[in-house]
Amino acid sequence: MKRRPNGFDFLLYFFIAAVAVLCVAPMVLSTVVSFTDEDAIIHDGYGFFPRKWSLYAYRLIFHAGSSVLRSYGVSFVVTILGTVVAVAITAMAAYALANKRVRYRGPLALYFYVTMVFTAGIAPWYLVCIRLGLKNNLAALIVPSLLFNPFNLFLVKNFMEGIPDSLRESASIDGASDIRTAFSIYFPLSVPVLATVTLFYGLAYWNDWWNAIMLVDDRKLYPLQFLLLQLKSQIQMIRDLQLGSAGASMTPPSESMKMATAVVTVGPIVLLYPWLQRYFISGLVVGSVKG
Amino acid sequence: MKKTDDEKRRGGQNPRGKRNGGHAPEGKPGKGGLVADMRRNGASYLLTLPAAVYTFVFGYLTYPYLLIAFQRFNYRRNILNGEWIGMKNFEFFINSSYAFTITWNTLKLNMFFIGATTVAALVLALALNEVRVKWFVKASQAMMVFPTYLSWVVVSYMLYGIFSMDYGILNRTLAAFGVPAVNWYIKADVWPAILTVMRVWKGAGLNAVIFLAAMAAIDVSLYEAAEIDGASRAQRAWRITMPLIAPTVAILTLMAIGRIMYGDFGMIYALIGDNGVLFPTTDVIDTYVYRALRKIGDPAEATAIGLFQSAIGFVLVYGANKLTKRFFPEGAIY
Repeated sequence: MKRRPNGFDFLLYFFIAAVAVLCVAPMVLSTVVSFTDEDAIIHDGYGFFPRKWSLYAYRLIFHAGSSVLRSYGVSFVVTILGTVVAVAITAMAAYALANKRVRYRGPLALYFYVTMVFTAGIAPWYLVCIRLGLKNNLAALIVPSLLFNPFNLFLVKNFMEGIPDSLRESASIDGASDIRTAFSIYFPLSVPVLATVTLFYGLAYWNDWWNAIMLVDDRKLYPLQFLLLQLKSQIQMIRDLQLGSAGASMTPPSESMKMATAVVTVGPIVLLYPWLQRYFISGLVVGSVKG
Repeated sequence: MKKTDDEKRRGGQNPRGKRNGGHAPEGKPGKGGLVADMRRNGASYLLTLPAAVYTFVFGYLTYPYLLIAFQRFNYRRNILNGEWIGMKNFEFFINSSYAFTITWNTLKLNMFFIGATTVAALVLALALNEVRVKWFVKASQAMMVFPTYLSWVVVSYMLYGIFSMDYGILNRTLAAFGVPAVNWYIKADVWPAILTVMRVWKGAGLNAVIFLAAMAAIDVSLYEAAEIDGASRAQRAWRITMPLIAPTVAILTLMAIGRIMYGDFGMIYALIGDNGVLFPTTDVIDTYVYRALRKIGDPAEATAIGLFQSAIGFVLVYGANKLTKRFFPEGAIY
């Protein structure tokens, strides 16, 4: 179907390109502002073409002992620990649900499905967390809400159901236990879907501040997202960030610093972008078009 | 649900074990009760244990706490011997003038979000579907889904970059035309529109990609036949593409309607926060419940509102599903 592009095609390409640019423009603006000299911001406002660049904001937020650095650490630990455990829990359960020899896998799936449909709401969830001692500790950031998600379970289960049963059968004839079959045959074969789920969990952990706002009051445990939220509302904390080392008499470059903190929060996402594009989107498409 | 039925049927028509005579075939469930099955497939049950325990604790264990909606809450008492006060918590909420405001805001904002995102995503997907240059589609998709990955907190900073009174790009642009600076963060009427735009910005790209995937599954011969019959591009899009992706659109919309009584706390709180000036148009049930729980410290009241929310939500999903069933039978959830 070859045809010569006409005026309509030109408009079409222009429209799509414009939308695409609009989608990333705010991020570009934030990045530029984070590298802009504070005086230039005060004088000209935010802009894509600052008259003077500066690395000062980054030097400030990354100086030793800064709360941004600390929160970065908290977010990394929470994300990595949480994601690893979450993927393991999900993959193991999915194996059993996809195992056709398990007679009660239907009711088992229903058991997980019910909690997806009926949720008791925030307050009962909060009271359960408190009862379990998930308050003001690292576990409070990792365990509640994010450690297991039935949607991901069904995604992995559906994938594993596509693996031929004959593999399980021959493994069991060769004397492999179910656990051995799961870990040395099913999980390696499920790497694409496990990659998807890893990114789902990982992104959810990295972007989470719900657990923090509900269960953590201790500033030392603030994950990066929550620190960012606090920074916005509490001008006071911007002063705290300096901790005197940058010279107490100077006014902090608050505008560029805020944006720099936002930019470093997005940093890991940009680094993982190729993988996100490959696995994250495909998982969502499969989940919603076929699920 | 449908899937398991299909499997059962397939299993019934095509019993795999028949050929190997008497001995129980592999890959077929054994007989007996749960205990017998657990003994047989102990390892499989063991593998589900962590997920099952987690679901029990954070799912099923939360249900009994719903009872405190009918109690005066006291941290020192347990659920069963609490002080029962009947429907007082509900009455308190429903009689407050604020109940209507936040319920209406929740519904209104979600309707804006669902409508605008669906339309924008459809337009984008139809546009992308017309493009034949592969790299262009790929590159623009990669840019359009970028906002999906951001947290609302990060988005709130970007929003601030646009709407900030002193330095925001919008006021600076207006100033270039001689319009005096506007403090957008005290203008309650414009925020439903701003929130809707941000929602579309963050979500339409991803939805467009999903719709595009549904469009890619359409049989090409339909388009070829239509072209031979002299259908224009617009006609092909309108008469072939649209009806064929309608079920996908219906499913996504229905899932969104299912959550129409649930305000997006992550979004509203990150963008509005505790800025009370904007509450009349932007405060939703979930932000209110958050304040009832964390700022006022009344779990009973918070639970009651949550229950009220689920009840109305359930009625709405039920109704939406009925409507979908009538118009797009394939799109209905149950």
